[in-house]
Amino acid sequence: MPYESRIILSKAARKKRRATVLTLILLVAPIFVIFTLLVIVPVFQAAEYSLFRWNGLGPLTHFFGLRNFGFLLKDTIFQKALLHNMLIIVFSLLVELPLALLLAMIVGRGNFKLAVFFRTFFFLPFVLSEVITGVLWQFIYNPQYGLVNPIIHFFAPGSPGIAPLGSPTSVFWAILIVIIWKYFGLHMTIYIAGLQGIPVELEEAARIDGATNAQVIRHIVLPLLSTTIQITVFFSIIGSFQIFDIVWAMGRGDPVNGAETMVTYLYKFGFQRFNIGYGSSVAVAIFVICLAFSIVYQRLLLREQKG
Amino acid sequence: MIGGVTTRSGTIASSVFKYGVSLVVTLVIAIPLYISIFGGFKGLGQLQAAPFSLPSPYVVSQYSDLVVGKVGSFWRDLGNSTLVAALTVGLDLVLCAAAAFALARIRFRLSGLLYNYFLIGLLFPLAVAILPLYLQLRTLGLVNTYWGVVLPQVAFQVPWNIVLLRGFFKSIPQDLEDATAIDGYGPLGFFYFMVLPLSTPILATAGILALVASWNNFFLPLLVFNDSSKFTLPMGVMDFMGQHSADWNQILAFLTLAMIPAVVLFILAQRYIVAGLTSGAVKG
Repeated sequence: MPYESRIILSKAARKKRRATVLTLILLVAPIFVIFTLLVIVPVFQAAEYSLFRWNGLGPLTHFFGLRNFGFLLKDTIFQKALLHNMLIIVFSLLVELPLALLLAMIVGRGNFKLAVFFRTFFFLPFVLSEVITGVLWQFIYNPQYGLVNPIIHFFAPGSPGIAPLGSPTSVFWAILIVIIWKYFGLHMTIYIAGLQGIPVELEEAARIDGATNAQVIRHIVLPLLSTTIQITVFFSIIGSFQIFDIVWAMGRGDPVNGAETMVTYLYKFGFQRFNIGYGSSVAVAIFVICLAFSIVYQRLLLREQKG
Repeated sequence: MIGGVTTRSGTIASSVFKYGVSLVVTLVIAIPLYISIFGGFKGLGQLQAAPFSLPSPYVVSQYSDLVVGKVGSFWRDLGNSTLVAALTVGLDLVLCAAAAFALARIRFRLSGLLYNYFLIGLLFPLAVAILPLYLQLRTLGLVNTYWGVVLPQVAFQVPWNIVLLRGFFKSIPQDLEDATAIDGYGPLGFFYFMVLPLSTPILATAGILALVASWNNFFLPLLVFNDSSKFTLPMGVMDFMGQHSADWNQILAFLTLAMIPAVVLFILAQRYIVAGLTSGAVKG
């Protein structure tokens, strides 16, 4: 009798276990398969293809070692693209984020009339797609119909018109302005959410003790917001490396590669010339650069927190 | 007394500064939108001669031609965008909620490992995977199909959704699970009857984020769709611009129409969009 009940119990336990395994498979397997096939496998394939000379058809036979990377690093257009990505980061950090923080401090508090309206309105460009934004600004920059030349002529009558997207020396800067226009609202919104987590009592106490606005910001708001700021810095760095849509919509990185970024470069070599091996080496380079930045950034933060 | 005066003039100065900055930024955002909306109502001559003024007369044909389908394919592009977004969001929510539930509430040996596996995806931007992904889609016969855009979109949204949903599912009290167990339900019953109804806000947040990402996506449709009958709105805008390169009034009308759905969605779902974008950043 005890023996028998033990068998029954373990049978029941085994049955229950099998049911759990089935449940797990049912719940996890579909997304696991999709994720593995379409995210994980392609990334490893990119690493593999980058070692070959290959046009995407037929077997991988022409082993190329690291030569794709050699060509890549020597190519002046790629260097230019990398430089553009770096400049986008610099201007995001030095212009976009401070602007976002300033606006968050201005409109992030309820005691400012119209604050809710401004908050909503400043976020609006972020909701528009990159393509719509890009085409809209193509119009604004258009030398014949756009707004830039009428504005210039208003302030400096008789001066020659300009075509910001038509010249390889100005196209990148013209697009940079649009990038800031489109994305500052996102960062502002994140800062506002961070600000709302700071207890008002802290600031009030400081003010009662005679702290000025500047002191409150420096010694209370900024330190308490530091985690939020660190995260927006991180996201804007990683995001800057992936800029494609808005550049593509405003002239495909041209004229004369004047606004090329790493991803537009990847697209041109990978898809337009179907040079999968070389294009994959660009992909690997983007991945390595992003990863290196993330690691260095986190190390720096950790050291700062310890010190 | 003197202190009071300086404070007051300080307050005035700071209000002037606050309103001044806000007003300038408002104008920098409003003018391009204003130009797009009203530029679409102008003739070409008017557009060139008086770029900032209101249209006079109003030329409605640019908009009406688009709306009735005489010019361009606004409705078809809108339909394609809607279909792709609906499939993406639906699949994303169903599959990610299921997996996140398993990772949050079912104890099994590989749980932690599996969670980290999904998290790796955060390190892999779409651009890194795009070339082999395209070849993969070609092998699977998904080039120039809706699924060829939908499935990769779902896949690249996975890490974000898993983080968001698993965190929420974990916070549901164990007592509720025990209660459903007493009623005779297993984990699936608990998931369906208890967890999902409790999770509508977080599901809405995840869904809206996936929706916005899908709606604005350009890179994948650019690769996958090679015939215009499948084009989504961003593709349609680029295509339309290519075909009407000199008719800026017509292009502006198309742009304005293409903006409307995103703006309406934003107004309706602002709370969820903001919650989704800020949840990770603020909690750290």
